[in-house]
Order: sequence, then C-alpha cells, then structure tokens
Amino acid sequence: MLIPALLPRIPIGNWFATLVRWLKDTFEIVFDAIVVFLDWTIDALEWLLNFTEIYFEIPSFWFLSVLLALLAWKMSGRGVAIFTFLGIMLIASMNLWGPAVQTLAVIITATIVALIIGIPLGILAAKFNPVNAVVRPILDFMQTLPAFVYLLPAVIFFGIGVVPAVIATIIFAMPPAVRLTNLGIRQVPVELIEAGEAFGSNWFQLLFKVQLPQAMPTIMAGVNQCIMLSLSMVVIASLIGGGGLGSVVNRGISRLDVGLGFEGGLAVVIIAIILDRLTQGSED
Amino acid sequence: MTKDEILAKTGLTVGVDNVSFSVAEGETFVIMGLCGSGKSTLVRCLNRLIEPTSGEIFLGGEDLTKMHKDKLRQIRRKDMSMVFQNFALLPNRTVLENAEYGLEIQGIDREERREKAMQSLELVGLAGYENSKPDQLSGGMKQRVGLARALANDPEVLLMDEAFSALDPLIRADMQDELLSLQEKMQKTIIFITHDLDEALKLGDRIMLMNDGKAVQTGTAEEILTEPADDYVQRFVRGVNRGDVLTAGDIMSKPWATVTLGQGPRLALKEMRKYGMELLFVLARDRKLAGAVTLEDVVKTAEKGEKSLESILQKDIAKAQMDTVITDLLPLTVNGTLPLAVIDEDERLRGVVVRGSILEALIPEGGDEDADSSTSA
Repeated sequence: MLIPALLPRIPIGNWFATLVRWLKDTFEIVFDAIVVFLDWTIDALEWLLNFTEIYFEIPSFWFLSVLLALLAWKMSGRGVAIFTFLGIMLIASMNLWGPAVQTLAVIITATIVALIIGIPLGILAAKFNPVNAVVRPILDFMQTLPAFVYLLPAVIFFGIGVVPAVIATIIFAMPPAVRLTNLGIRQVPVELIEAGEAFGSNWFQLLFKVQLPQAMPTIMAGVNQCIMLSLSMVVIASLIGGGGLGSVVNRGISRLDVGLGFEGGLAVVIIAIILDRLTQGSED
Repeated sequence: MTKDEILAKTGLTVGVDNVSFSVAEGETFVIMGLCGSGKSTLVRCLNRLIEPTSGEIFLGGEDLTKMHKDKLRQIRRKDMSMVFQNFALLPNRTVLENAEYGLEIQGIDREERREKAMQSLELVGLAGYENSKPDQLSGGMKQRVGLARALANDPEVLLMDEAFSALDPLIRADMQDELLSLQEKMQKTIIFITHDLDEALKLGDRIMLMNDGKAVQTGTAEEILTEPADDYVQRFVRGVNRGDVLTAGDIMSKPWATVTLGQGPRLALKEMRKYGMELLFVLARDRKLAGAVTLEDVVKTAEKGEKSLESILQKDIAKAQMDTVITDLLPLTVNGTLPLAVIDEDERLRGVVVRGSILEALIPEGGDEDADSSTSA
C-alpha cells in the first residue's frame, strides 16, 4: 500500500508509556501519599460500617438495615424503607454482606473524593469560561475512554489493590458531578443574578446565596449520577484488586458459575437501588 | 457612524445612543419606550449591571463610571436599589428572607435586618406573609416583596425596571396607586422604566421618551401630550386617554365677567348682555365663589326692582378643582349648569370650562389629518 509509506507511524503508544514511567519516577512520593490516604479512608469507612459487630457483636447488616431503612423512610417514604430493609436482608442471606461492605466503603470513598474535586471544578467551569473550555474535553476523554485503558496506568502508579480501583472509579464517576454542577449554575435565571448583583453581592455571596441554592437540584442529580457510576465500576475495578462484590462476580465468571455471578450482580443492583432512592429522595 | 454601520463593522448593536438626562432628588422620572428602545439597557447602565462603553453617570457629584468595583458595590448596597420586571425573588427563601437580602449582603446582624425587613414588608402591606414562599404568592404580592426588598436598604435611588409590566391591569393600577402614595411619604428618587404611556403619565413627574436608543423627548406629562416633539411621540400620544391626564386647570379659560354679592341685578344684567351669557358667577368677599345667577332670574328681579342678588343666587352649581382630570369633568357637564366653575383650594374662582373646550382637549392634535396611520402606531 502507498499510504503507510507516505504516512509515518506515529508512536503515540510509546510516548504514553514513557510519560507514565516518567510520572511514576518523578511523583512517586505524591502517589505513595495518595495510596496511604485512600487506604486509610477506606479502612476507616469499613470500620465504621462494621463497628457494631466489632464492639457489640451485633451483625452489621442488622444495624445498617435498620439505620438505612429509617433514613429511607424519612427521605423517600415507606415503600423505599421496606425495600431497603428486605434488600439488605437478602444480601446477608446470600452470604454476601462482607463483600457488600467492602464495596460500599470503596464507592463511598470514590464518590466523596469525586465530589470534593468535581463540584468545585464545576463551579469554576460555570464561573470562568476558559476553565470550561479546558475542562470539557478532559471530561469527554474521561467518560469515553474505555475503563480498562486507565486500569493499567492506575496499577503502575498505585500498585495492585483497592486504591487503584478507587482511583479508576473516581475518574469514571467524576464527570457528571462536574457537568451537572456547571449546568446547574449556568441555568440560574439571569434576572436572579442581576438582582444579586444589583444589591451589591460580592463573588462569594452571589455564589453561595444565589447560584448554589438555585442549582442545588441539578447538583444533587450529579451526586446521584456519581454514585451510580461508581457502582457500575465495581466489577471492572475488581480486576485490579477492588475486591468486594466485584470480585464475587469475577469469580463467578472465571468459574463459569452462573449462580454465583448472578448473586453478586443482584447484590450490586440492590445497593444501587437503595443508594439511588436515598439520594434522589433528598432532592426535594 | 449609524447604528447599522456599527452593527456591520463590530457585530454589536447600539443599545443606548448618546442619552443625557438629570433627575432631581425626590423626583419620579419615567423612561418610556417600546421593546428594543434601549430603556432597560439604560437603567442597567445606571448601576453598571451593564457597563456603558462611554459617558458619565453622576450620583451626588460622584462619577459612577470611574468608580472602583468595591466602591460601586457600596453604592449598590446603600444608595441604589432595583425592582425587576419578573420580580427576581429567590424561590428557596421566604418572603422575609427575600426582603432582608440586601441587608444580609451588607453583613448587618440577623435581628436588626429582620426588624428592618419587617418594617418594609409592613410598608408594602405584606405583614403576615413573611413566612410564605414566593411561589405561594400572586404576581402583585410578589412584586410587593420585590419593592420591600428594595426599600429595606433605605436607598436614595430606586430603579424600577418595568416593575408592573408583568401584572394584570387591575393589580397594576393598584400598585401604581400604592407607589404614588408610598412616594408621597418617602420622597425617594425613582427612575421608572415602562413601555406603557398611560403608566408613564400617571407616575412620572417628568417623562423621557426613547426610540431606537435615543431620547426623543423629555418633559412633563402635559408637555408631551400637548407639544409632542416629533411624529414618533405624536403617534405614541394619540392612543392615550387624554381625559385622564389633562386637568380642568389645563383647559379652563379666564372667567370673563363676574359680579360680587353686593352688586345689584342691574349691573349683572348689563354684564350678561355685554358678553351674551345666560349664567353669571357671583363672588363673595376675597373672590370666593358664592354661586351663580341665571339670566331669566336676573331679568325678573330687575323688573321687580330688588337691589340684591341674594334671593336668586343658586349656591348648588357644578364646580371642579384645578387638578380634576377631564374624565371626571364630563359627568358634571351633562347634569350640571354650564359653564363649569373651576376653583382652587380656597374656593376662589380661577376659571371656567365650557363644553367645547373639553371636547377640543379630548381630540388628539392633528388627529384628522392622517387618521389611517394611527393603526400602525
């Protein structure tokens, strides 16, 4: 063929590999610090979810099912409360409560970090157009790049284990938080902004007293999406040591054990529904 | 350069073109024009919500356009408040929290700002609604909240951008009356934007008409109605119910002839013959209007040889104040005696109005020359 001769092979793959190696060597301390921090956070969360078991020998699913059911009752109504209680009981009866707690710890950590980065970034993108111009293509990249592709660099930077799984989950789950925060703030009616400015609000007053309260429902939809996407990463993240329900599903796949795979999947779905109803209920 | 050339060259539309005006303290100044005439842009230039590209804006000797942002913010907080067409209330806050927004921004502590916000809610007649949310209120009440929020800061200048345009006509008239009575108490400097000439004429001490970003005419209601500066203003003015604007004082003529109570029928008869009148006004001391006598009665008393008009004096005659609008004069002219007597606060006779001058005043100037074009106005 003529074209390959005319068109030189551009070694993007090599460049990227070199870049990853360089980053690892140069910022090793930073990556190690992130590992320590995330490890600690996940452990703390797991301890928190299990503390009734550790101190009072009450199985944590009893405690959490009641707590979450009450929370669901207050936020979304009786139906969701009943579903929450029965759902957690079902997971426990499938002997999957242990992995479920691990998964919860991972997605809660990932969601919190994604929101801590994502919401301020969304605010900046809404307030400053140049920020938006830079952030948008990066978000597109994060959302569309196949998740398996960034599992590899995650492993190189953070080693095998829960931490790279959390990092991969954060990358996958953050975009909707940024996008919907950005959108929510931009959709605040011009007249309200004008009113805020006409009465002499400064930048922060305008943000916290006018824009954020009006954008809240949209931002909450972003939070909800962020949680849902973290859950959808559970199985993929377990490939690099994410553990939890993801590795249950993986075991099912590798052993061609349809029953095990289905039970693991079902537990993920139940957790997803509970978390979705809890966060959506708090929208209004 | 014309507006079109600027658009072609820069892609920008000229919003406000070389407009100058001054507003006195305590005056209600109405800027009026149709959609796209630049009036809303102009009012936003005054507090620099929109930055004017050139020009100066003075508030008490200081040029707002050269002011630093922080200083400008202080002006917006303390000296200038704005009321918006679509109310611009924060839906997540209660009425009270909305009213205290400006004070909250200034960092005034909770109790003090609550108190001030309550006072201003009471002023606009919303006491008892302070814990409602804006969407529980009707349009008129929402705009009262908007007004209360603006007044809570106790500003010198009130910018009202089509404040009543989103309200239905009856509520709107109520709000206009209320603003007028509030203004009597407060004496704020109000800059009021509207596209409704009737509203402009009702509220404005002075009115500036805008067209295509330019100020076409500035003047009092009467000046605009009686001496329109150009065709544009005239077309505008033609649709107005002039009867609600022009007053008895505007159209009255000097009383031709009068007699005083002490003068006799003979003199009265002579005066009436001289001017061909059938009704003669009779004045008491200090030129106060005592009543009127008719030609018929005067002839009779003169024949009887009586010396005084006392016995035939009709005290119950049609009278109008100087500031009575023409619409209110019409019923008087139908039932009462003619001509109408126009009196001032001290009951002194200031002039007379004949039916002809009322009808003349109600017909717009140049009305019959090009009656067709009024439909396009």
